[in-house]
Amino acid sequence: MDILLQSIVTGVLLGGLYAIIGVGMSMIFGIMRLTNIAHGDIMILSSFLTMFFMQHVIGNPVAALLLTIAVMLVFGFCIQHFLINNVISKGDEPALLVTFGLSIIVSNGLFLIFGPAARGVPTELIRTNLINANGISVSSMYALNFVVAVAVIIALSLIMGRTSLGRGIRAASSDTLMSELLGVNTKRMYVYAMLLTVTTASIAGMLVGMTFTFYPTTGTQYLIIAFGCVVIGGMGSLVGTLLGGVILGLAQLVGASFLGSAYQQLIGFLVLLVILAVRPQGLLSKAVRK
Amino acid sequence: MISEKEAILTLDGLNVSHGDLQAIFDVSMRFPRGKIVSIIGANGAGKSTLLNTIMGVHRPTSGTIAFEGRDITGARTSGIASLGIAMTPEGSRVFEDMTVTENLLMGAYLPAAKRKRGEQFEKVFSMFPMLKEKSSQLATFLSGGQRQMLAIARAIMMDPKLLICDEVSLGLAPVIIKDIYRKIGEINETGVSIILVEQEVRRSLQHSAYSYVMAKGRIVMEGASDALPIDEVNDAYFGINRFA
Repeated sequence: MDILLQSIVTGVLLGGLYAIIGVGMSMIFGIMRLTNIAHGDIMILSSFLTMFFMQHVIGNPVAALLLTIAVMLVFGFCIQHFLINNVISKGDEPALLVTFGLSIIVSNGLFLIFGPAARGVPTELIRTNLINANGISVSSMYALNFVVAVAVIIALSLIMGRTSLGRGIRAASSDTLMSELLGVNTKRMYVYAMLLTVTTASIAGMLVGMTFTFYPTTGTQYLIIAFGCVVIGGMGSLVGTLLGGVILGLAQLVGASFLGSAYQQLIGFLVLLVILAVRPQGLLSKAVRK
Repeated sequence: MISEKEAILTLDGLNVSHGDLQAIFDVSMRFPRGKIVSIIGANGAGKSTLLNTIMGVHRPTSGTIAFEGRDITGARTSGIASLGIAMTPEGSRVFEDMTVTENLLMGAYLPAAKRKRGEQFEKVFSMFPMLKEKSSQLATFLSGGQRQMLAIARAIMMDPKLLICDEVSLGLAPVIIKDIYRKIGEINETGVSIILVEQEVRRSLQHSAYSYVMAKGRIVMEGASDALPIDEVNDAYFGINRFA
């Protein structure tokens, strides 16, 4: 019983981390109809940057994160403005291929600079427990992941729903020509969307780097997790992504508590397959299958 | 013929092609400031291509477009809109998943319009009281006529100098069409130049000061609307050159 309860608690918290990994991917898909294959690598790039800044520039993790976000904003602007915006109107495949190429370049670039060794963003949180009672323990790091994920998703929802910027991005996404006729430069809106995305990826990168070890090639692994959240929750739905993350995290850990941790990944993706079969548009998506 | 000086928008020798297929042939037009001008033509006459070319969606193979004396040929659509040209495209194209208010706010997206959006809101709500009642409703729940009103109101939020209305009456009941045309007249009275694009000959002539008739990508007839004989326009409309 205690093991099950523990799995549920940890699974939900892990789901928060998964959600913040997936939320950027969900945004890009919802707004540009683009599957960003490089999403995982962009996040791991942020993990490396945060680690680098903490070791060589400034010890404070929040300051290092802010530096990382600053660098990633420049990076995000460049890939959107110079690469994706130039191919986005030429159909789905060219932009997809650009992000595929970007994924290879980023992971190999990281390999070249940092080498193949396992890395981590140093933190004490992973060794401390926030709650430790009645046989249930909650890691401080996992609790932080969840709180930050929920905060980021709420902030993003508010930006998209209530601000002029969010309205512009939504308009550009739902009717590009009409938005242009109203004077909205839709390509600039895509750049803003990418900037929001790399900001969430930077935060996710730091949290992942603190929670787990990472390698230059770990990006792909998190890309699949991001995919999972987005597909379960519904493409383009931010709250859905949080739900998707929690379901994926729960499935993995609760499944592992019954069948052993060797089956953790398998069970997570089995749940993904079942949801895909039953509700292919995702749980909270308003989209209808064509 | 309209003189260069009275014109707010001037098209000169426009040729437009979709790939190998030419859609617009050597079209020159002048649209007088402060007036309602109609472009009449059947389906496939090239009206929509012409409007899309004015708005920078298509690039002409040759010819120029000037707005208030400024060359806008080949400019980005959002840039052209920001100069003060608003267009309500065919089928209204309201943002379905936004509320009426949010749709109107999208009309006031440009900085200049954003600054005066308070008074613009008052203006469109007094012109279309229905929109005020439905302001927090999603646009997807509006009727066809209400959507068309919202599309026009959204364009007015831009505080444009020139308003282009593409087939505003398409698929609407006659009583609603009448209402919409009355609103367009009111908008014109506030000093906005208007281009009406229509398939309906009689209505176009009735509501405009000057008319161009298009067939097969060419201007086949033009003149002051009250001086154009309706049967000749009808013939020209169908591409019959009996009077040309």
